Amino acid sequence: MTSTVDTTAEAARPAPPSGLVAVVRAPRWVRYALLAVGLLVAIWLPNGLYPAVAVDILCWALFAVAVDLLLGFTGLMSFGHAAFWGTSAYVTGLVAIHAGLPFPLAVLAGALAAAVLAVPIGYLAVKRTGIYFAMVTLAFAQMVYYVANEWRSVTQGENGLQGVPRDLFGWDLTDDYYFYYAILPIVLLGLAGAWRIVHSPFGRVLVGIRDNPARARALGYPVHRYKLTAFVLSGFIAGLGGGLFAVGHRFVSLDVLHWTTSGKAVIVVVLGGIGTLWGGVLGAGIVVRLEDWLSFSGFEAIGLVTGGIFVLVVVLFRRGIWGSAAALARRLAARRR
Amino acid sequence: MSGFAQNTFNGLVSGAFYALLALGLAVIFGMLRVVNFAHGAFYMLGAFGAYVLLTEAGVPFWAALVIMPVGLGLLGMALERAVIHRLTRLDPLYNFLLTFGLTLILQDLVKLRYGVQSSPYATPSLLSGTVNFGLFDFPTYRVFILGFAVLLCVAVWWVLTRTRIGMVVRAATERPDLTRAFGIDVGRWVTPVFGFGIGLAGLAGVLAAPMRAVNPLMGADLIIVVFAVVVIGGLGSIFGSVAAGFGIGLVQAWGEAYLSNFPIVSQTIVFVVMAVVLLWRPAGLFGREEAPA
Repeated sequence: MTSTVDTTAEAARPAPPSGLVAVVRAPRWVRYALLAVGLLVAIWLPNGLYPAVAVDILCWALFAVAVDLLLGFTGLMSFGHAAFWGTSAYVTGLVAIHAGLPFPLAVLAGALAAAVLAVPIGYLAVKRTGIYFAMVTLAFAQMVYYVANEWRSVTQGENGLQGVPRDLFGWDLTDDYYFYYAILPIVLLGLAGAWRIVHSPFGRVLVGIRDNPARARALGYPVHRYKLTAFVLSGFIAGLGGGLFAVGHRFVSLDVLHWTTSGKAVIVVVLGGIGTLWGGVLGAGIVVRLEDWLSFSGFEAIGLVTGGIFVLVVVLFRRGIWGSAAALARRLAARRR
Repeated sequence: MSGFAQNTFNGLVSGAFYALLALGLAVIFGMLRVVNFAHGAFYMLGAFGAYVLLTEAGVPFWAALVIMPVGLGLLGMALERAVIHRLTRLDPLYNFLLTFGLTLILQDLVKLRYGVQSSPYATPSLLSGTVNFGLFDFPTYRVFILGFAVLLCVAVWWVLTRTRIGMVVRAATERPDLTRAFGIDVGRWVTPVFGFGIGLAGLAGVLAAPMRAVNPLMGADLIIVVFAVVVIGGLGSIFGSVAAGFGIGLVQAWGEAYLSNFPIVSQTIVFVVMAVVLLWRPAGLFGREEAPA
């Protein structure tokens, strides 16, 4: 029994709601106001939350934006981004431990390693689209997981990589509060980079490919190469997040490579709103905060809650928080006119 | 020589599990365009259900072999009606995400009640011991699994190609609109087919209970390997999925036996095969070429 697999899948893909791309952009003052609020929240965050949780939120924000770059703006759902997040976490940890470099350089090394790994995985994965892309990336990430699990001499296997230093030219960053402010510029740089990619001519082509790959090809764009470039960039940004996560926890465990980590990244994006970029940041804040609260209150079955969120969001709330808010704002604006 | 035969036999047995799971995935995908991430979770529920039935109600293996697939099949049908059905018109990615969420929920429910440790399940007495086919002693239970799985795959193939129901299902899979135009109610078959696929996963779980450690996570890692298997075989092709299932079982067993200095090989070889297939035939060994994208 054969069937026209991916063609129908492609045809069944609904036209993206116009809110996905910034076709109708909010007025300039609204965008600047939102940016200002976002920056203020970012600066205030460790005063309102446990600084360690705030650090996690920053790392996951980068991870989510990386996944959304593919899912929302290229139309590729990677279900294996833990491979890049986790690889960078391990490389960052190893570089920081053995080479004693200041942590930003270690994180950069980790992110570069993630980008390098993204080249072969992306090269193979972009040969398929839709649901197959998700399965292929998931499978390759699992392969990376097994390799890390077996390669005990380097990764310490199930014991994890312990004692990742937080060195920055001798400054004392052991307090999570100060560490938060040390990594904030790196995270903002990463987020700005993602924004820059999406709003560049390159990003426009990606959106074009997402909406109509056949047309993009007919216009002469090398579709595979664009997708691969997006994949590698996304791997790099996910790697930035993963590296910072490793330094933040001063510890790397196999969890960073597990398929549940990949899945969590996707749900963070869906909850925030696919194709909204900043929705992922919002989703990261909510999910990380919620999980911290659950584990703090001694609730063991965290998967029950994250799984439940997954089901509810997918069934009832597919636009996500940012997407719904944007749609609401647009409707209000239209009524006033 | 007997070593080779033994490895081949063991490969076919573990391939039987891949084949049964891949078969269920392929049937469901064909009819609903849904890649069921929760397939591994239902496999786990099959094994756990058999274990719970035995220890808490004294229900023997043979009864569990009927009760669990039927029960899980019904649960699957209810699930299809309740949620999956609502999302089938959308991008298949949404149902993938939905079933991923269900997997987390099912796993944690079982974990919450029974913990994460593995539970032993005794091989049914009728199937304990070994059979000798001349080369070496085959464990009877494994021979049973292999025979049962092959029989089941043949039966499904027979139903799909030789009966009216099978023709309707195949037609509905390949050209739903045209089938509808012939006056056949396609929607009627969607729920039973989904239930059937889930039932197969549950059956594989019951079969696995005496042979593998029964624990809440047993299905999770397995399903990712099965995803690789169906990418290799071509998810649109039922034959391809089954053949790839047995093939990967063999390749893994041989890799484990002859490259035993590299323990990593047996775990990762399936992904290496997948990479090669993606390079060589991106649509899968038995899949049809997809539209350029």
